[in-house]
Amino acid sequence: MAQAQNLQTNLLAQQARAIARRRSRIPASAWLQLVLLLLLLLFILTPFYWMVSTSLKEQNDTFAIPPKILFTPTLEHYNFVLFSPSAIVPTGLQNSLIVATFTTLLALLLGTPAAYILARFEFRGKRDLWFWFISNRFISPIVVALPFFLIARDLRMLNTPQALILIYLTFNIPLVVWLCLDQFRAIPRDLDEQAKVDGCNLFQSFWRINLPLAIPGVVVSAILCFIFSWNELLFALILNRSTGQTAPVQAANFMTGFGVKWGEMMATGTLIVLPVVLFAAIVSRHLARGLTMGAIK
Amino acid sequence: MANMAEAVNVEALGAKQRRRFPHINWLALAMIMPSVIALLLIGLYPLLFAVSLSFQRFLLNRPQNNGMFVGFENYAAVLNDPLFWSSLGRTMTMLVIVLIVQIVAGIGIALLIDSSRWRVLNWTVKTALVIPIAMTPAVVGLLGVLIFNRDFGLMNYLLGLVGIEKINWLGDPTMAMVAIIITDIWQWTPFAALIMLSSLAIVPHEMVEAARLDTKSPWMIFRHVKLPYLMPGITAFMIIRTADVLKLFDMPFTLTRGGPGVSTELISLYVQRMGFRIFDMGVASAQAVLLLILCIVLARAYIHFFYRTPEAE
Repeated sequence: MAQAQNLQTNLLAQQARAIARRRSRIPASAWLQLVLLLLLLLFILTPFYWMVSTSLKEQNDTFAIPPKILFTPTLEHYNFVLFSPSAIVPTGLQNSLIVATFTTLLALLLGTPAAYILARFEFRGKRDLWFWFISNRFISPIVVALPFFLIARDLRMLNTPQALILIYLTFNIPLVVWLCLDQFRAIPRDLDEQAKVDGCNLFQSFWRINLPLAIPGVVVSAILCFIFSWNELLFALILNRSTGQTAPVQAANFMTGFGVKWGEMMATGTLIVLPVVLFAAIVSRHLARGLTMGAIK
Repeated sequence: MANMAEAVNVEALGAKQRRRFPHINWLALAMIMPSVIALLLIGLYPLLFAVSLSFQRFLLNRPQNNGMFVGFENYAAVLNDPLFWSSLGRTMTMLVIVLIVQIVAGIGIALLIDSSRWRVLNWTVKTALVIPIAMTPAVVGLLGVLIFNRDFGLMNYLLGLVGIEKINWLGDPTMAMVAIIITDIWQWTPFAALIMLSSLAIVPHEMVEAARLDTKSPWMIFRHVKLPYLMPGITAFMIIRTADVLKLFDMPFTLTRGGPGVSTELISLYVQRMGFRIFDMGVASAQAVLLLILCIVLARAYIHFFYRTPEAE
């Protein structure tokens, strides 16, 4: 009995020593890393936190110096921007949602078959076509915005979601083509041969066999298209100035007029940013790949 | 058996013939053409339209003589416009500063995360890095207005803690530009860090171990073992960000609107003002075409570095 107890205390002591050793094995440099990482996290998150907290503060607390870290949160600003009779933000979010969703769907519809063909076929001019697709990533939107305004005006498409849905394809189609092309290449060609034997034509083989297998790439490109379309301001500002304003246009209009209402402004900002930040967190591993058109894996 | 062999033979013959006499696969063409046509219509046609506009008189507010061919008059106007050159110069200055800071900081952050043993914290930081990148730039600009506010902004408060007097960030021409640069650095350094992190992931572990036997200096290991693997990422980042800074519109538009005066008017803001505030689409298009040439040069460089063999698998 006493012996057993002795053994137990011995074991405990051994464990304690092991833990202590493990702790002491953490070198000073690791503690430095810890501090630096925490500082980095603070630097990244503080502005974001500032936006969200301002949206939850009473107007008086916004101006408090030193800034109030602890405050009684209020939803009055959200209530105002979403539910007051003069609230325009719901329409803005709705317009953004319509534009971003439809341009994404259209980009997938047009882009995935093209990506499949580019992945499977060799033909003259393929490289040039491919380069031209990528080049669209580099064109400054202001260059096409000027003529697009005139074209949309003549076609009576100003202030409609259709104009934005179409113009966002300039950056969405190349994105879809690039990301899905990579995905299709990874699918073994044997499956195509098998499908041919089973009597599938090219389109059926794409639609029934390759596309389902490429779903991960399709989803990632869809989410990235949605984020970029949702965030876009310049085209929306020029083409949809009066009606059909998207949420970023409304945000830009906040700065005109007297007496900036910070709480409402930040509540609007939070509402705009939240969905895309969540989406981005889902595809975080692919974000760099999408932004560099695949130059970085 | 004989039948099968024949079938294979025919198949092989067909393939050979196809290679020698490429005939058109109509179904494949039908699958690729919609996207090509869409991009021709919405991507290329407006560009050509912009080029033709740049040779015309085209005033939105006085449309009487619109469409008149004016030769290189608009281009002459642009090249003799000091505001054009100053906005371009401002854009380039900003570009150089943000590139240097973001690349150095991005490498630092990537090395830090790569070498740290704090697994959960690493994961948290990596996820947090995504937030600035994804944030709507227009909203980032608005947030900047709040943070750089002279009287109750967070920036001045933090500077006050270390004894620096209140800075009139958005009211002073130089400081407003600094505010834009700081905001850009906050938003896009994480992008550099993400690129560098994925580049570091491909550095062979054995090479680092082998180098450790030769030298104790972490700098030497970084310089001679890791840096070569980072170079493609650095090049990609530089070209992409150059294009993006030339495009930069949303964030400075909501943060400063180019002001005070024109002190923060970057090139995209100026072209937009020329087209939609001064209403001179001809001159604006000439500016845009010059900008386009820069964009094309960048795109060619990017493709040259990264997609030399797009067919290689």
